[in-house]
Amino acid sequence: MFTVDSISIRYEQKSVINNFSFSVKKGEIVSIIGPNGSGKSTLLKAVSRLIPYHTGTVILDGTDLKTMSAKQVARKMCMLSQKNQAPSDMTVIDLVSYGRYPHKKWFERLNQEDMDIVHWALEKTHLMEYKDRAVASLSGGESQRAWIAMALAQRPLIMLLDEPTTYLDISHQHEVLELVRELNQDMGMTVVMVLHDLNQASTYSDSIVVVQAGEKAMYGTPNEVMTTDMIRDIYRMDAEVQYVPTEKKPRIHLLSTVR
Amino acid sequence: MINTSRSRIVVIVTVLLALVAAIIAIGLGSVFIPVSDILSTIFGSSSKAVNATIIWDIRLPRVLLAMIIGANIAISGALLQAVMGNPLADPGLTGVTSGAAACVLVIMLAAPQYTEFIPIAAFVGGLIAAGIVYALAWRRTGISPITIILSGVAVNALCGGLIGLLTIMYSDRLPAAVQWLNGSLAAKGNNALMMVFPYAIAGWILSFFAIRKANIIRLGDQVASNLGENVNRIRILLSLLAVFLAAISVAAIGMIGFVGLVVPHMARLLVGSDYKYLLPMSMALGALVLLIADTGGRTLFAPLDIPAGILMAVIGGPYFLYLMRKKAF
Repeated sequence: MFTVDSISIRYEQKSVINNFSFSVKKGEIVSIIGPNGSGKSTLLKAVSRLIPYHTGTVILDGTDLKTMSAKQVARKMCMLSQKNQAPSDMTVIDLVSYGRYPHKKWFERLNQEDMDIVHWALEKTHLMEYKDRAVASLSGGESQRAWIAMALAQRPLIMLLDEPTTYLDISHQHEVLELVRELNQDMGMTVVMVLHDLNQASTYSDSIVVVQAGEKAMYGTPNEVMTTDMIRDIYRMDAEVQYVPTEKKPRIHLLSTVR
Repeated sequence: MINTSRSRIVVIVTVLLALVAAIIAIGLGSVFIPVSDILSTIFGSSSKAVNATIIWDIRLPRVLLAMIIGANIAISGALLQAVMGNPLADPGLTGVTSGAAACVLVIMLAAPQYTEFIPIAAFVGGLIAAGIVYALAWRRTGISPITIILSGVAVNALCGGLIGLLTIMYSDRLPAAVQWLNGSLAAKGNNALMMVFPYAIAGWILSFFAIRKANIIRLGDQVASNLGENVNRIRILLSLLAVFLAAISVAAIGMIGFVGLVVPHMARLLVGSDYKYLLPMSMALGALVLLIADTGGRTLFAPLDIPAGILMAVIGGPYFLYLMRKKAF
């Protein structure tokens, strides 16, 4: 479905990501975690074509990303940054309808089918009642949902989210991640996201990629990855990892910094 | 919340206001012509030959020129603001206007035999200025208001110096250029109008095609690029268009500041930031504002003909300060 094969990214002569590979199966949620500056956001930006990668290939739905036009990519893949700003008077429904433009030629207007998809995206993100409100007037969680709705209106096969919860308080973080899970379960949406919170990564992911200094440190299920050793090696923190049978996912309790 | 049917009505009302203002402006001057005479001269066969001469050869060209140029500069400002993602981007403040003016002045004073190249010189000068602003102000994260103003100050100082140098070197030829330097429409007749008109029409048509791109780019670079747009290409094309519209205005009547800043800002207050309404609104309001400035300049202090550029600066400067005070940026 989505394969990243040995890509390297340099920024101002410095290697940021080095020979990195991972692959995502259809319908999976994959989280990318790692310390600040490890290159995880850079990796996500490169595979979504926001910044160039220098070597390696990215295969999206059987096609090399570099052979696709920007619009073709936009019809199959969407990328949401950690913080987005809509013009102060733009309504939710207006914002979401921009998600249809990758499917339109430059002179084409949105038709009824496009508006149906926009409404569907609003419903999926529970924003129907907010559709005529200004995006800027919504709470952090609601506005993040509006941006996700725009991404949904692109009808992508895969959704890339760059720290979707960073600027939100805990209840809004929960709201957004629950929405991501819902989209994944209801529609089989494939999701790749960069997360900071280890527990969120553990709870919501099928697989986790750990990035350290531009290299792939680990890749596996939450059970395989979330270990006290990994947390000590990557984050220099002591932690306890508790296996919660009801969640079938490990839960991490951070204790103290390793001296 | 700005609702779209209201925005549409506001745009239409502004267009009508501009038309009414145009008819009134044609009547005003040292010879007053009543509205009925104006309409009968324009739309029918008038009996008074004097009126016909005044209207067709003097007032109407000047009124149309003021409106076309007001619209041009306002659209130019609105487009630059989209491209730079910044409400302070205006052809005057960013130095596009003075860059164009400096190049025009080179031809006017140093090489008057090449007057037909004035529009091209203006375009080239505007492009150089815009290029310098980009080079100075562009950061990976976009353009901040401060860096726009600072690089605009630098470009304006540079061009101001060049203009000053030219006026000293060619002081014998200066009188012809003084009116132009102040942005005056005095003594501009059908020639200037005919020079601007085709370019303006082309520019307007292109800007209406630019509406969707301007709207998408206002969501930010990353979002626009995620929507499959080539952000840099949009930025270059829209900038070219904005510089083109500003440059032909400079070529025709000289430097007029603040229209590109004040008008899109007022338009945004009235119809919101969606370019589907903002662009036509800026166009209509720009036409109206510059028409008022020019007509005011030639009638309020008659027989003095105060250049519209001076009047705009007198009105626009305080308005700019007011916006700063309100922290509109």
